[in-house]
Amino acid sequence: MNSGSQSLIARLLRHPSGLVGLLLLLLVLGMALGAGYFYPSGPWSLSGSPRLWPGQNPALPLGTDSLGRDLAAGLFHGSRVSLAVGAAAAIFSVAIGTIIGGLSGYYGGWIDDVLMRLTDAMQTIPSFLSAIAIVGIVGPSLVTIIVAIAIVSWPMIARLVRAEFLRLRTYDFVQSCRIIGMSDLRIIFTQILPNCLAPIIVASSVLVATAIIVEASLSFLGLGDPNAMSWGTMLGNGRAALRTAWYMTAIPAAALVLTVLALNLLGDALNDVLNPRLKERS
Amino acid sequence: MSASPTSATRQTAVPFHFLSGPLPRYVLRRLSQAVLVLLLVIVGSFFLLKMAPGDLVDVLAGNSDMTAEQMAALRTQYGLDQPLLVQLFLYMKRLVTLDFGYSPLNAAPVLDVIMQRWPVTAILVASSVVVSMTLGALLGVVSARNAGKPIDLAISMVMLLFYATPSFVIAICFILFFSVFLGVMPIAGFATVGTQATGLAYAWDVAKHLAMPVAALCTFYIAIYGRIGRAAMLEVLKLDYVRTARAKGISERRVIYVHALRNAMLPLVTMAGLQVSALVGGAVLIETIFGLPGMGRTAFDAVFERDTNLLLGVLFISSLSVVVVNFIIDLLYMVLDPRVELT
Repeated sequence: MNSGSQSLIARLLRHPSGLVGLLLLLLVLGMALGAGYFYPSGPWSLSGSPRLWPGQNPALPLGTDSLGRDLAAGLFHGSRVSLAVGAAAAIFSVAIGTIIGGLSGYYGGWIDDVLMRLTDAMQTIPSFLSAIAIVGIVGPSLVTIIVAIAIVSWPMIARLVRAEFLRLRTYDFVQSCRIIGMSDLRIIFTQILPNCLAPIIVASSVLVATAIIVEASLSFLGLGDPNAMSWGTMLGNGRAALRTAWYMTAIPAAALVLTVLALNLLGDALNDVLNPRLKERS
Repeated sequence: MSASPTSATRQTAVPFHFLSGPLPRYVLRRLSQAVLVLLLVIVGSFFLLKMAPGDLVDVLAGNSDMTAEQMAALRTQYGLDQPLLVQLFLYMKRLVTLDFGYSPLNAAPVLDVIMQRWPVTAILVASSVVVSMTLGALLGVVSARNAGKPIDLAISMVMLLFYATPSFVIAICFILFFSVFLGVMPIAGFATVGTQATGLAYAWDVAKHLAMPVAALCTFYIAIYGRIGRAAMLEVLKLDYVRTARAKGISERRVIYVHALRNAMLPLVTMAGLQVSALVGGAVLIETIFGLPGMGRTAFDAVFERDTNLLLGVLFISSLSVVVVNFIIDLLYMVLDPRVELT
């Protein structure tokens, strides 16, 4: 997998969109880590007069919302929610998708048939609607949201992993492992899986981005965790004041778009760096 | 002729005949898939209902005032005193006959409510598919023909932004710009309240109200179609038949938009099935923001009024609609590419 002697990070940094994506993502990560340090009183505390425009008060550079809460504090603490939900949901759906796609591709036959029909069916059901139904009925909390996103987003990974397994299982090195009597599980985990990590990693960056959007959408609708200040919550609150104070909406919207953009850029760069073969085609 | 590398894997040299063998087998396969989708929705809904606080009857009763006797009678009627699997079977039997129960929120049977809201969402989703596919294909063609030039770069920058911006953020931007700052577009609703207009005037009124919702739903898919369309066009333009068409002296415009585009559209049509499913979900946000009385808005209201029957009814009918649309897309695919055999 590692063709050059350079590390993955070094090659990413030389890729223009990789560099931009990585820097933006580091910024968001810094915000998430520094939220407690810069805004120890949390995103809910009232810190000034309500509806302060950005720049009106130097102590509150991004202004305040309709209740007088610091928008910058919300932005910092919201980045924690976005990144945590995005990462956790991505990990869960990669786990489910890898198991289902792996079994499907490795064993083929009726197992493949059953699992792929299931994947097809899952992709047919409108995923955001299912997420709303799950979160709405079970009750909104970070855990429910993460589980709901994972349940609706694994099929993409399952298809990808299946295709990789179908390709790899015909290779000589897998055949020779079979001949020397290696167990199926060992072949799957120690031989095939490491060889399809590259496309999984690329797909994961898209998955994190999608999960962040879904979480923001749910919170925007008022289905977010009531105890967590998320960018979607801020967007939903700001919408009521759109006519008079559009900055309340614009600020969390910009943060959301930049984060998703960063992940997409990173995904593109990872794709180029990890699959050099694909580059010739486009 | 070499097979187009962009079309689906299922290809054959034998043209497909509508009335011979494969069609019944295809219909059967599609039907079994539809059954599986609905089965998944039913089982999922059933377990969600089981996880909801209270039992099915508490949920059914919702906010309406039911006496304890009525609720006990309902429990027996729905077989809640039976084992779990029997309950699941009874639930399945009800949904298969499209009996979704009663919606306390609307004081009407769930099916009636959904049938009333369904057309709005259908118009919204259908317009979005047509607009995004047309614009995406067009942008794909333009960037493929100018590959590497500034205009290609500019288009790909815009696509990148479209790809990263969630639909509800775009919707808010539109409202802010066109309705609040410029004041040229209606901010919400399906038509002007209390409008007396009929015929063309009414259609124009509705079109003006739907312009922003459709545009907001489209942007993400314009980006996707543009990207796929560009790659597909670049591949198709390399094929022999395009060179032959050029050698025959056909105008470049005709070569691109008639000969090459037909093949380059195939991967776009493949995406359309997934897009419809995503748009039906995205409609919840867009209909809520723009106050459109469609299924998405209904789902949103149902969540907050704890009208679970209605919510699960919307999920069921939406999934059913996507299955039907996928079937139509398959047929369309066959018209575009006669080499494709339905299996």
